[in-house]
Amino acid sequence: MDFILQPWAWYFGGPLIAICLLLYFYLGRNFGASTNFDTLCSMAGAGKVSDYFKSDWKDRDFALMFVVGLIIGGFISVTYLIPNQTIDLNPTTVKELTDLGFSNVGNKYFPDEIFGEDVVLSLKGFLILLFSGVLVGFGTRYAGGCTSGHAITGLSNLELPSLLAVIGFFIGGIIATWFIVPILF
Amino acid sequence: MKNIKFLLLGIFFAIVLSKTQAVSWYRFYEMFKFQSFHMFGIIGGAVVISAIFMQLFKNGKIKDIYGNKIVPTPKKKGVISTVLGGTFFGLGWGISGACAAPIFVILGFKLIPALILLVGALLGAFVYGVLSKKLPN
Repeated sequence: MDFILQPWAWYFGGPLIAICLLLYFYLGRNFGASTNFDTLCSMAGAGKVSDYFKSDWKDRDFALMFVVGLIIGGFISVTYLIPNQTIDLNPTTVKELTDLGFSNVGNKYFPDEIFGEDVVLSLKGFLILLFSGVLVGFGTRYAGGCTSGHAITGLSNLELPSLLAVIGFFIGGIIATWFIVPILF
Repeated sequence: MKNIKFLLLGIFFAIVLSKTQAVSWYRFYEMFKFQSFHMFGIIGGAVVISAIFMQLFKNGKIKDIYGNKIVPTPKKKGVISTVLGGTFFGLGWGISGACAAPIFVILGFKLIPALILLVGALLGAFVYGVLSKKLPN
């Protein structure tokens, strides 16, 4: 029981993610998460605006069930499996973020400065999250995959497009954390 | 309910991501700042072991539930689309600390912020869909 409630080390996480990929393919489908953004757009009627979304989203019912599972799994985790959200961060990371004005760095999974209730309902906080979401949604569909589809499935299958996409992920992520985060906060 | 297996797999994947802290904003911040091995260990470990599974798919040692050979769909080609699209994705990921699957997982943690991220992601996917034929590959 103690193991269940402790944070899991990276050397458990990596193999367990690989097992998820294995089971997903075993069930006869391609492992990935971001195609669901397209599917949800199709469900919301985006096919009326663009032929791109005129696919039969009912063919993707398995993936929608996976998404529902992700939401339930997140809820189960936060409610029953993570009594303590403290993150053992590098002291350099803690100092850097504290200097940027972040409080209680690493005490919870999500910093109040971005995810706090007051913050997300302020104009600035709302726009930061919304626009980040737009970048994630646009970027992953343009690139043809996300961390699951490109970084894990694609790289492990030695796909050149996935290597290029992951290089892009890091270019964007480094620009965001080294230059944009310090400007925003 | 043949899709119940995907539901269970989604729950399992979400628990793995949550318990390894791979949904935490801080974990991705320190990854992009190269201040911790944790996320590199998780993603790297997942890739290495998945690569072994891919070989077992290729030589037919592991077949799918229907007894068919497992053939992952090839990724779409294009240097501009992958690098530029990937960079946009990385920008959003770096600021919000959320990539695609974690957005759904975070709904269980932080409902309102995750909903805003999700609406944004759907808007982004919609904009891509509308522009897809005009964008360079």
